Amino acid sequence: MTGEVGLLALCLALALAIVQSLAGLAGARGDGGNGAAIAQGAAMGLLVFVSLAFGALIYAFVTSDFSILDVAQNSHTAKPLLYKFTGAWGNHEGSMVLWVFVLSLYSAFVAFAQRGGTRLTCAALGVQGLLAAAFLLFILLTSNPFVRLDPPPFEGAGLNPLLQDPGLAFHPPLLYFGYVGLSAAFAYAAAGLITGEADAPWARAARPFMLTAWIALTLGITGGSWWAYYTLGWGGFWFWDPVENASLMPWLVATALLHSALATERTGAFRTWSLLLAILGFSLSLVGTFLVRSGVLTSVHAFANDPERGFFILLMLIAAIGGALALFAWRAPKLETGTAFHPISREMLLLLNNLLLTAAAATVFVGTLYPLALDAWIGKKISVGAPYFAITFAPIFAVLLLLVPFGPRLGWRRGDLHSALRILLPAMGAAAAAAVVVLAVARPASAAGAGAFALAAWLIASSIIDAVRRNRRRTFGWSAAASALAHAGLGISLMGIAAVSCWKSEASEVLAPGQSLTVAGYELRLRDVGEARGPNYFAKRADIDVVRNGRVIETLSPEKRSYPAEGQAISKAAIRTTGLSDLYVALGDERGHGSWIVRAYLNPLAPFIWLGGIVMALGGAASLFGRLRVRVAKPLAYVAAE
Amino acid sequence: MNPKKRRRLYFAIALVFAGAAGAALVVRALQDNVLYFYSPSDIAVKHVPQDVSFRIGGLVAKGSVTRGPGADVRFVVTDGKTQVPVQYSGALPDLFREGQGVVATGALHAGVFRASEVLAKHDERYMPPEVVDALKRAGRWKEGGT
Repeated sequence: MTGEVGLLALCLALALAIVQSLAGLAGARGDGGNGAAIAQGAAMGLLVFVSLAFGALIYAFVTSDFSILDVAQNSHTAKPLLYKFTGAWGNHEGSMVLWVFVLSLYSAFVAFAQRGGTRLTCAALGVQGLLAAAFLLFILLTSNPFVRLDPPPFEGAGLNPLLQDPGLAFHPPLLYFGYVGLSAAFAYAAAGLITGEADAPWARAARPFMLTAWIALTLGITGGSWWAYYTLGWGGFWFWDPVENASLMPWLVATALLHSALATERTGAFRTWSLLLAILGFSLSLVGTFLVRSGVLTSVHAFANDPERGFFILLMLIAAIGGALALFAWRAPKLETGTAFHPISREMLLLLNNLLLTAAAATVFVGTLYPLALDAWIGKKISVGAPYFAITFAPIFAVLLLLVPFGPRLGWRRGDLHSALRILLPAMGAAAAAAVVVLAVARPASAAGAGAFALAAWLIASSIIDAVRRNRRRTFGWSAAASALAHAGLGISLMGIAAVSCWKSEASEVLAPGQSLTVAGYELRLRDVGEARGPNYFAKRADIDVVRNGRVIETLSPEKRSYPAEGQAISKAAIRTTGLSDLYVALGDERGHGSWIVRAYLNPLAPFIWLGGIVMALGGAASLFGRLRVRVAKPLAYVAAE
Repeated sequence: MNPKKRRRLYFAIALVFAGAAGAALVVRALQDNVLYFYSPSDIAVKHVPQDVSFRIGGLVAKGSVTRGPGADVRFVVTDGKTQVPVQYSGALPDLFREGQGVVATGALHAGVFRASEVLAKHDERYMPPEVVDALKRAGRWKEGGT
């Protein structure tokens, strides 16, 4: 029954999505009326039926209903309950249902909040209805999660053990809230173009959706990086893997969009540019989905190696991007342009921020797609790795970070560079001090590391100065807190990234019980390697004593797990963190006579990498909270007219 | 020149400079920092320079893996036609098995591929696309089984 209920709900959801798009687009033409009411009702109905389908799928996974093909292929009765639950979206079909579920949530928010007036809301609902219809059609035609299996098998094939991890259970929903949140920004951009209302109120209406998407993307990327760190067993936190890049590109563009929309909201500047970024952000989300789902990539994420699905997503990609850009080319020249600003002003810095962020996104785009293009055109296989990104992405981002502290210190329209420099002088001192200390203390000496720490100190100190000054003048509100937190978070992450990249220690040796290896002053002594078993796996577990100054301070137990149901093996690293550094130990393969390869890393400041991500997300949350709760500062144009 | 035009001009100049700088960085980086992929047959046929990093992919030949001394491992990568000996020092990935697909990064030195990194596939059902391609080109690929 469950499967049929789910399938029926999906079909009804498709019908409602079509109703929503037609009524919304019709409502956008007139002054609202019936169209608005129908679109709003359809959006609520869409949410109800998609929730029903999603609930049915989760129910089938939790109860291990193997008469449904998707469950039989991706679940197993011995799996812990949490992973039965999250396994519902740990596969292609389920993840697409999750995608549509998040989309319908955003649609309901748009319909409920009615931000920016009836016409804008109607048009946005119309565009979101189109997107929902396209994705529902995609599910029903190529990725039906409710296909029955007759006769049902006694046992399922299980879930990739790499995905059986609490960190990864909630990584996809967060990323989807980000990707799909950008679809709401996209819908508002298209709505602004359709209605011609792409001015300051437009930016104010669309901004909460951009912020929600950005916060979710930030947390999703942070969580994904943390997961890669502790499960892949190589001690790395970012691999420039195409799938990681696929989430980084929308984040970069979303960051640019947040800043550009800030200017649009306050002074009406960069209207067309904000619209273009909103279109670009969601387009990159779709490109990412295409890369991940079409099977052109080698990755944990690539569970659907089906050309038909890739083709369908490619069609959607072309329709969405092509349609939106055509609309942009047609309508954007008719929009009013914003007011002028001086070269030394906050607008100019926001402009530079946007140029640098889009350039950074472009280098990632080229590095990710160039190998695919080369393979498709001349059949040559290459891979682009970290060295490419170190020369292209890193310098662009360094210039961006250098400019960040000036933004909040310069006024709108026309800023005062002298006073900004004077105020930021202590931050420059902090940066210089950080560079000197790092050069003097850290070995091996690294100019790049010292530079990165100087930049980090510059970012953090200037955020503190900004907060303190505004607090003294009683102008420290939610938006000031947001920029201070987000910019300081960048600095915190940068410290972690630089420290791990420049000063990581590693050792890898074959150890028999009783033997030890040394990494960065810690002696790691292998006590023994024994058997262990979990709910659905067997493991070899090593007990390794951490010895410092002749005293055992802790015993770490890295594991090598094998999952009989799935026929796979994974490593579980053991990490001892002090908050300032991580001692990371992984168990390698057996080398005969009871001896094993043991790999150990000391990663200085590693926790800062993810702490910075969380602080950045808190900054986003402060901005969102302030915007929804407090009356927002009026646009300058209106202030001047009063 | 009115302020609006002036602003557009600044914008255009900034855009051109940023674009040119970005393109220059990208082109330079792509020239020096990509890794090529070769199958064992490619290495036999083409002139692959010594001591230059590239990636190799194929199956780990059955019975070819010898471990030790220490962390050293030797094995042979094959695409069914040609075989290349590989030398590696360090921990092997969890799914490294004889007869299964493998991709290694490293350089040729006196006829032996010295690997700095060895990657195996993610799960039983999955084969790295490069390996599938290498096997197909050698005519040793069977659809639906390995």
